[in-house]
Amino acid sequence: MLDGRFLAWRLFIRNVRSQYRQSVLGILWAFLPPLVTALVWVFLKQQSVFAVAETPVPYPVFVLTGTILWQVFLDGLNIPLRVFTQSKSMLTKINFPREALILASIYEVMFNLLVKFVLLIGIYAWFAVLPTVYVLFGILGVIMLALLGTSISLLLTPLALLYGDIKRAILISTQFLFFLTPIIYPVPKEGAAKILAQINPIAHLLTPSRDWLTTGDTLAVDTFMITSVFTLIALICGMILYRIALPHLVERMGS
Amino acid sequence: MIDNRNSTDALHEEQGSQDTLVKVNGISKKFCRSLKRSLWYGVKDVSSDLVGGRKHDELRKDEFWALRNVSFELKRGECLGLVGHNGAGKSTLLKMLNGLIKPDQGRIEMHGRIGALIELGTGFNPILSGRENIYNNAAVLGFSKEEVDAKFDEILEFSEIGEFIDSPVQNYSSGMKVRLGFAVASQLDPDVLIIDEVLAVGDVGFRSKCYERISELLNNCCVILVTHSMPQISKLCNRVILMRKGNIVEVGETGKIIEAYYELNDVVANQKIIFDKFIRFNSIQLEKNTLSSREEDFKIDLEVVSEINSNEIAIDLVFMNRELTPIAQINSKFLKQEISISQGLNRLSIIISELNLNVGLYKLSCNIFNTSTGQQLMWIQDIAEIKVTGDFVGHCPFLLQGTISEIDT
Repeated sequence: MLDGRFLAWRLFIRNVRSQYRQSVLGILWAFLPPLVTALVWVFLKQQSVFAVAETPVPYPVFVLTGTILWQVFLDGLNIPLRVFTQSKSMLTKINFPREALILASIYEVMFNLLVKFVLLIGIYAWFAVLPTVYVLFGILGVIMLALLGTSISLLLTPLALLYGDIKRAILISTQFLFFLTPIIYPVPKEGAAKILAQINPIAHLLTPSRDWLTTGDTLAVDTFMITSVFTLIALICGMILYRIALPHLVERMGS
Repeated sequence: MIDNRNSTDALHEEQGSQDTLVKVNGISKKFCRSLKRSLWYGVKDVSSDLVGGRKHDELRKDEFWALRNVSFELKRGECLGLVGHNGAGKSTLLKMLNGLIKPDQGRIEMHGRIGALIELGTGFNPILSGRENIYNNAAVLGFSKEEVDAKFDEILEFSEIGEFIDSPVQNYSSGMKVRLGFAVASQLDPDVLIIDEVLAVGDVGFRSKCYERISELLNNCCVILVTHSMPQISKLCNRVILMRKGNIVEVGETGKIIEAYYELNDVVANQKIIFDKFIRFNSIQLEKNTLSSREEDFKIDLEVVSEINSNEIAIDLVFMNRELTPIAQINSKFLKQEISISQGLNRLSIIISELNLNVGLYKLSCNIFNTSTGQQLMWIQDIAEIKVTGDFVGHCPFLLQGTISEIDT
C-alpha cells in the first residue's frame, strides 16, 4: 500500500483537476447536488405536499445534513468504481501497485467530504445551529459512511469490472435506497418502515452522525459501533478480494 | 510467483554479466474464445482463488492454450527477440513477464526492477498540461516524486517539446505525445526491459534517438523485444524465439530464426485492382516465388488485355516491404524502352538483371501509364508476393553489390 502513495496522489490530483479544469463553476459542482436535492424537499415540505414527524432541528437543517451525508456515502460507493473503470487501459498495460487506485479513490472521497463540510458549516452558520463537542463523533460517523460506501464498492468491484449490469443495478438501487433510508424523514417509530431502517446499515451510520452533528445527542450509539466494526471488516475483506481478483480481471478485460 | 519491483537492489551489486535475470519455466496460459463464458470463468477463478480451491489444469469449454509450456532464461546484457504471427502468444507472454496476468501453469522468476515499454504515455490526461502529465506518467511507471523532480529537465529536453510543456496535451500532435511518452519511459533504469513494438512510431530523428537510448540501456539490463520488424530484430537482438500458436517453434541465433520465420510464411498474393479502365490485368507469372539475396536475371511474365492501341506505354513494377513502403522499382521509362500495346491480349516480359533484396517478404505492385499524357491506364496493388531467404540478414531492405577491401599502404 505504501509503495503507491506518490502514484495515488498523482492520480487523485489528475482526476480532480481534470474534472474541474474544463468547467466554469468548477468546485461549485461538488456543492450543488446535495443542496439542490435538499432545497426541493424543503420546498415540498413547506407546501405541505407531504408530512413527516417532527424533527429535532429545523427541517431544512435536518434534510440538508441528511442529503449531504447521503452524498458522502454515494461518493464512497461510486468513486472507486469510477476510478477502476477509468483505469482499465492502465491496468492492462502497466504493472503498478494496484492499491494505488484504492488509495487514489479514498483521497478523492475524502476531498469531496471536506468540500461538503465547508457546505455544512455554511448551512449551520446560516441557521444558527450551535454545534456541540459531539461534532467530533459526527465527523467520525461521516468518515464511516464514506468507508461503508467504499467497502461495498470494493466487494462489488470484481463483478462490476466484468459485468456492466452491476453499475446499472447500483444506479437503480441507490435511487430506491435514498427513499428507504431515513434521510428526508426521521427514523420511523413503527411499521415496515421501521424494520427497513433497522436492517439498513446506512441508516445506522447516517442517523447518529446527523444527530451528533446537529443536536449532539443520539439514541443509537451501540448500533453505530457495531455497524462501524462491520464496515471496517468489510473494507479489509474488500481490499483482499481486490488484490486476489485483479490479475484475473486484467486477464478477462483484454487490452 | 512473479517477483516484481521488490528486489530492486538485490542484484544491482553484482553487476556480473553472467547473472540470470529472467527464468521462465514451463508456463502455460489458457484463453477463452467466448466472451460471456470468459467472464463467467473469471468469476469462477476469482472464487476458487479465494477459497484456495484447485486449479483447472484441463481446458474448459471454449478454452484454448494461448501459450503452452514456454521456457527460457535471460542473462544481463542479452537481448531476446520474440517473433511470430498474430496470435502466436507473444503479447500474452509479455503480459505475464510484466506481471499483469498470472500463468495457469509454470513459474516465472524475475530479478531486479522491471521496465515495460508496452504503451507510451499511459495515464496521460488530455486536458492536463504536458508538465502535469510527465508527473502522472512517471508515477504510473513507478518513479518517486524525488526521481521525477531530479529527472524533469532531462525528460523535457529528450522530448523536444520545449515551450509547449505547459499547454494541454490534447493540443499536442500525435508525434509530440509519443515523444513525451518515450522521454518519460526512457528515464527508467530497469534490470529487465520489456518492449512491445513501440519503436515503430515517431519521426526518423526521434526514432534513432530511441534506438540509441535502448542500446545504452542494453549495457545494464536484459531486453525482451516483441516486434514484427525483422530489421529491428536483427539490429538489436542476439537471440530470438520463434513462436507459433502458443508454442515455441525454435530458439536460436538471430539470422537462423528470421529465416525460419519467413519459412512459416506462405506467399499468397491478394491482387487488388485499383484502376483498370483501359488495360485489364490478366495474369502474372514469376519465375519463382522464393528468391535469394543474390538473384540474377529474375524473370516475370505479365499478361494484360488492352482496349486501346498505343505505342507510348510505360510499365512500372514496384517492390514493397511489409509496411508497404516502396523500396525498389523497375521502370521501362528509366530503362529507355518504348513499349507498345495493341487491342486484345498482350504478353510482356520483365527481366531484372540484379536483385539484391534483404531476407524478408515483399509485395509487388504494377502500374501502366501513357508516357506522353502521363495518364494512368492500369494499377494493380499486391500483384504478386515474393519471399527472400538467405543466411545473411541485414537491416536495410536493399543490399548493394560492390567490393570492400583494405588499401595496401
